[in-house]
Amino acid sequence: MYLNQFLLLAAIIFCLGVYGVLARKNAVLVLMSIELMLNAVNINLIAFGAFRNNVIGQVFSLFVIAIAAAEVGVGLAIVLLIFRNRADIDLDELAQMKG
Amino acid sequence: MPFTPPSLDYHALAPEIILTAVLAVVLLADLFLDQSRKWLLSNIAAFGLVAAMVPIISLALSDTDVRSMVDGAYVVDNFALVLKALFLGVGFVVLLMSTNYVEDGDYYEGEFYFLLLSSLLGMVVMSSSRDLITIFVALETLSIPAYMLAGWRKRDLKSNEASLKYYLLGVLASAVMLYGMSLIYGFTGTTVLVDIGEQMAGNAANQPLVTLAIVFIIVGFAFKVSAVPFHSWAPDTYEGAPTPVTAFLSVASKTGGFVALLQLVFVGFFGRDDVWGPMFGILAALTMTVGNLIALRQTNIVRMLAYSSIAQAGYILVPFAIAGSNGGAGAGSAFTATVVYLLVYAAMNLGAFAIVIAVARKTRSGEITSYGGLYEYAPGLAVLMSIFLFSLAGIPPLAGFWAKVFIFRAVIDAGTSWAVLLGVVAAVNSVIALFYYSSIAREMFMNPVPDGDRTPIRVPTPLITALGITAAIVIVVGVYPQTFANFGDLASLVP
Repeated sequence: MYLNQFLLLAAIIFCLGVYGVLARKNAVLVLMSIELMLNAVNINLIAFGAFRNNVIGQVFSLFVIAIAAAEVGVGLAIVLLIFRNRADIDLDELAQMKG
Repeated sequence: MPFTPPSLDYHALAPEIILTAVLAVVLLADLFLDQSRKWLLSNIAAFGLVAAMVPIISLALSDTDVRSMVDGAYVVDNFALVLKALFLGVGFVVLLMSTNYVEDGDYYEGEFYFLLLSSLLGMVVMSSSRDLITIFVALETLSIPAYMLAGWRKRDLKSNEASLKYYLLGVLASAVMLYGMSLIYGFTGTTVLVDIGEQMAGNAANQPLVTLAIVFIIVGFAFKVSAVPFHSWAPDTYEGAPTPVTAFLSVASKTGGFVALLQLVFVGFFGRDDVWGPMFGILAALTMTVGNLIALRQTNIVRMLAYSSIAQAGYILVPFAIAGSNGGAGAGSAFTATVVYLLVYAAMNLGAFAIVIAVARKTRSGEITSYGGLYEYAPGLAVLMSIFLFSLAGIPPLAGFWAKVFIFRAVIDAGTSWAVLLGVVAAVNSVIALFYYSSIAREMFMNPVPDGDRTPIRVPTPLITALGITAAIVIVVGVYPQTFANFGDLASLVP
């Protein structure tokens, strides 16, 4: 089995996610970038699980999928809350506190 | 392969089961109670925390020292029991601090206590997690409710901002941590920390992939414990969140991160101290210094306490940095020092926040100048605040002093020149910290009252109880530090 290709794919997706989190200003796009990072982790886990022929990787990735869903649910709720209060979700504008 | 259900020890799981039952009851009761009776909910929650404490005491008294379940993935030992008791205690004090705050502020009550208990459940599970998957699930169980609690003042833009910043950096940190965990799993083929620990000493030594994985996992938790340079969320989140939640985050959530680090480092990664030793050293030195220096120029007391808690996290990181040096000579005392510091830090920091909540009931302000002349109209609060602040600074005979003594003893036990250098950095930082802690004491005792408003502060009973509990711990432990003498077998995790 070719493990390297999967790991490389996961690494690229992970880096894209990190770039998105750092560079994007729109909160929803940042959330999507974090999803990319978590899915890179899933690819890693499933590839390693298949490579090592044990089931732990798949179980771990199921946990990651379930918790990522819960996390994004909470994240969207927070973004919605901010949108209701300011009609804007630009992260750079969100700077009430400094110092 | 047929499925064989794991054998569970229900006595060992009783605290978690009780906590889960109580949080379900709180959420359900919230549905059926009308507005005038919502105060019952905080009583149910507090009762639940006390009830969860009962099995912890009976477990501590039982003859079986270590109860290991699911192939060593979930372990209830003395370390786990002490930390579970700490988390439940912190939860109880935070509950006392928040009842009047939530009620008077007209915020949602049932959901608040439900989320607080859920977060506590995650922490209680975290104390027993000896497996990457369990650690991840426990971390998310304690974090996700906390994201929501930080934004509890829904109409307040600062609270919104606090919540979003905490959320984004928390999720980013857990993604980075997960990537590291996936690499560890890939290399070792297991997620149980004991098995990982065996491979770290053997065929995982000097593997660049494993090095990268350990770095990623530690960076993930460095966000959680707000270590510099991963601290940027902490001051804003602490300032914007409701004050009882800030107290909860700065004590319980941070302790949760440290508990996970203790287990990962001492059980899982101990063989690779060439990676994490220097890393924790740099994190500790940076965290102490930056936290203390920025705290010096704060004008808002919550923000100052935020930077102070960053600096305190730096002190707690010192034992980590030296645990593996000199062939692990100081590992035992480093472990004990961390746990003792976490226990003492919880009491003194919660106490300081309880005073901030009490004073803000009158002044409606977080500015340090609003503490002017506090001694004239609220002498009790002013004296207690000074006790907590001087304990944070590490002045004898208060508990914070002994916590620092434990850290310096760990430094001496390690005995390498790097350890001593780190000890010197910690000592210099304690002196810097004294400046801003005592500037508040000076404000309270020396400066005039702003606007000449000397009406006394009415402190509600729950808040007085919270102050009493925390002050009693700070003073009793300070005068009678032998309390810790029985914690010797805490270091059971140390290899």
